[in-house]
Amino acid sequence: MTPDLILIAVTAAKIAIVLFAILTLAAYLVFAERRVLGWIQDRKGPNRVGPFGLLQPLADLIKLLTKEDFRPPAGDKWLFYLAPAMAAIPAIMTFAIIPFGAPVTLFGTEIAMQVIDLNVGLLLFMALSSIAVYGVALGGWASNSKYALLGSIRGLAQLISYELSMGLSLVPIIMLARSLKLSEIVNAQSGCWFIVYQPLAFLIFLISILAECKRIPFDLPEAEGELVAGFHTEYSGMRFGLFFVGEYINIIVLGGLATTFFLGGWHGPVLPPVVWFTMKTLSFAFFFIWLRGTAPRLRYDQLMQLGWKVLTPLALVNILVTAWWLVLKG
Amino acid sequence: MTMNILFYILAAVMIVATLLAITEKHPVHAIVYLVTSFFAMAGIFYLLCAPLVAMFEVIIYAGAVMVLFMFVIMMLDLGHPEEAQRPAFITWLVPLILTSLVLSSVVSAAVFRTFPGGSNVEITARAFATVLFGRYGVAIEIISMQLLFAVVGALYLGRKGGGK
Repeated sequence: MTPDLILIAVTAAKIAIVLFAILTLAAYLVFAERRVLGWIQDRKGPNRVGPFGLLQPLADLIKLLTKEDFRPPAGDKWLFYLAPAMAAIPAIMTFAIIPFGAPVTLFGTEIAMQVIDLNVGLLLFMALSSIAVYGVALGGWASNSKYALLGSIRGLAQLISYELSMGLSLVPIIMLARSLKLSEIVNAQSGCWFIVYQPLAFLIFLISILAECKRIPFDLPEAEGELVAGFHTEYSGMRFGLFFVGEYINIIVLGGLATTFFLGGWHGPVLPPVVWFTMKTLSFAFFFIWLRGTAPRLRYDQLMQLGWKVLTPLALVNILVTAWWLVLKG
Repeated sequence: MTMNILFYILAAVMIVATLLAITEKHPVHAIVYLVTSFFAMAGIFYLLCAPLVAMFEVIIYAGAVMVLFMFVIMMLDLGHPEEAQRPAFITWLVPLILTSLVLSSVVSAAVFRTFPGGSNVEITARAFATVLFGRYGVAIEIISMQLLFAVVGALYLGRKGGGK
């Protein structure tokens, strides 16, 4: 085998492992959310299928697959079919750039624990997250329903607004790490995590990724009380499942990115790096579920004010202060 | 070899998608075709060892400009293809002249000139930034001031009361 073929085989294996891991994790995150919410609300949650209800995701999958695949006759056929994929695929693709473990040496060659280490990795994340908007927008528009349309308009405005503060909160990270490469950002944190230098940027990033995931308190695109189910009101069966699982994949991916940018990625004592990475990422997921169990929903004007008048100016000031500090430090 | 095959696939996707974006009557479909074309163009930039430009292509054009177009279409409910009509000759005369000028210059450049082959050295973000903010720093400042003027102007026009 030539070195090229080995590289291709190793990359394909990594893609397969990552895909399997995040799809399984996403399915079990749905289950974990239902159990944790049940625990918060002092009830049991799903516990009938298998031991502790652990086979519940499988039962849900079978249910979703065997349901009728309905399409509103007046809607736009192709865009209606395309939208769920456009919501889920960018989220899955983003995981390709996240380093989930320390490089391993296998048969004399060093293998990075990350599908691809792009020189512009951080920008690829920004690009893919800006593409994820289309799933929400097209899905709601193609349904030809007022609830779905209102939900997708809200989603569009929210995602564009919070993408800005998310991007700006990452600029100090690039300044500190002096690289857009995610592996180098992680390596720059081997001594001290960036959350210590950049607590404000971490806070802005955390709020922005909550909004990007469309989670409570930012779940206005799918506010049940007013919009039925928002942009995916008309979806049923596995297409709805794709939107749903896409949201949970997004939680895992954005949690993984927050870990990479602020919590030192896979760095940590005693335990193996992959375990550290998984623990940090899942703690973000737990935080999201916890917040869903406790926080109320924002009003729409509050959402826009928080994004444009608080987070974005704060992120800009943070960039300026970081730049001054770096220059004065020399 | 692989690069060439990839280039021709991307170029074909880009040309077909752009043509469809122009001929499509439905504005939302046209946007989807145009986004496809931008993606193919980003791929071509990546093949040309300019990953930074490829990412900007997706972030700015596919992710921001087209999303705003889409937002306007959805907000103002403009997605009705049956209302699309052929514009009068006088309205497409100017675009026709401009297009023929651009096309003829591209064709003449392709026929009469030889271009230096693309380099295989990847242009890093660092090198890009050094040139952009070092050598062309003043130009960047002027352009950003101009953008600021445009923002202030748009705000003035969009204010309640018609800018009075």
